[in-house]
Amino acid sequence: MSTQNYARPEALVSTDWVAEHLNDPDVRIVESNEDPLLYSSGHIPGAVQIDWVSDLNDAVRRDYLSKEQFEELMSRNGISNDTFVVFYGDKNNWWATYAFWVFQLFGHTKAAVMNGGRKKWELEGRELTREVPSYPRTEYKAQARTDYKVRAFRDQVLAHVNSHGALIDVRSPGEFRGELLHMPDYPQEGSLRGGHIPGAKNIPWSKAANDDGTFKSLEELRALYEQENGFSPDQDIITYCRIGERSSHTWFVLTYLLGYNNVRNYDGSWTEWGNLVGVPIEK
Amino acid sequence: MTDLSQYPEELHEILEIINESSTSERHELLLDYSDRFQGVPEHIATRPYPESHRVVECESDVYVFTEKADNGGINFYIAVENPQGVSSRALSAILSESFNGASLETIERIPETLVFELFGRNVSMGKGAGMMGIIRLLKHFARQTYQGDK
Repeated sequence: MSTQNYARPEALVSTDWVAEHLNDPDVRIVESNEDPLLYSSGHIPGAVQIDWVSDLNDAVRRDYLSKEQFEELMSRNGISNDTFVVFYGDKNNWWATYAFWVFQLFGHTKAAVMNGGRKKWELEGRELTREVPSYPRTEYKAQARTDYKVRAFRDQVLAHVNSHGALIDVRSPGEFRGELLHMPDYPQEGSLRGGHIPGAKNIPWSKAANDDGTFKSLEELRALYEQENGFSPDQDIITYCRIGERSSHTWFVLTYLLGYNNVRNYDGSWTEWGNLVGVPIEK
Repeated sequence: MTDLSQYPEELHEILEIINESSTSERHELLLDYSDRFQGVPEHIATRPYPESHRVVECESDVYVFTEKADNGGINFYIAVENPQGVSSRALSAILSESFNGASLETIERIPETLVFELFGRNVSMGKGAGMMGIIRLLKHFARQTYQGDK
């Protein structure tokens, strides 16, 4: 199965590629995980850690970091405006694609995801180290955060629903049907109502991933999203899940692997929609 | 600062250290525990471990087993099958080193919120719930073992 024929292959690098660029000064490898100890337990040599909670989210509001905070994050990790950033992480790259997505809010397009993430690197028996690298500080200059291209807010989602726009709910079938308010094995996360946003199709994120954490082939992805579920590259599509992390995986697949131009991730997702007063819900 | 009086004596030392540690020191300490993690001896259980002993809330594929200890307390053993379950291994090692052989009453007093005291408030809700599930199942099997011996 080739991975070279994806629509935007520059957004995906292999474990081999990363192994060959460990000492490349123009490349910064970034690990983003759910498990807070995983990076400290051993990471790809030279990789820095960016934490989805403490680094990417605002500490008070439910929102992402500001332009100034992003500049500080990049500068202290030795990332310049020209640095090619490669993300990888646990959970089949959920948090890696989430971090990649947040970087796109600030227009850092010199970025890619390592296909297979941490799981594949480990399966291949490649080197891990506990040595935390240190890089000279940079003076990163970010552009103003631009949410509208890749991020959807609740009012936009409601307008999208009213105009019968395309929606993909990437949660588990039980969550989609409203039988569960959270993914299996995960806790209740404070949603008062179960179900899905009207008109959404349920395509669990995991259908786009192989057992080794890599993305499925272009042909398999086309079959899944286009032949089986009727989506097409010209559509304006909104993806969502519970808090926007699993749906960033699908957002990445649609945007970079299949080449769809108008895909937005609704990070408010079900923890917002399932609590909103008066919005429509389907079961 | 955590009020340690709510915790069993066995945890005081580690929580005192953690309360005074920076994030990196805390991670180092927890990794030490993770490295010391010991699985389940074969005389207790062998793979594939029974589904009835799996911590359903935890994605690290964790199983909990208990037995009556020679001192009348309860011994327990925890398997963490996911190689990326570093935090679950650390928690399991802390529980084992602090409470193996403890009485049911002591085990019952292990608070589920211990997870956040050890790992910090930034642990995700999913990860936190998984590890709290380990403590819950440990208490469940401890009660079963105790009642079975009555």
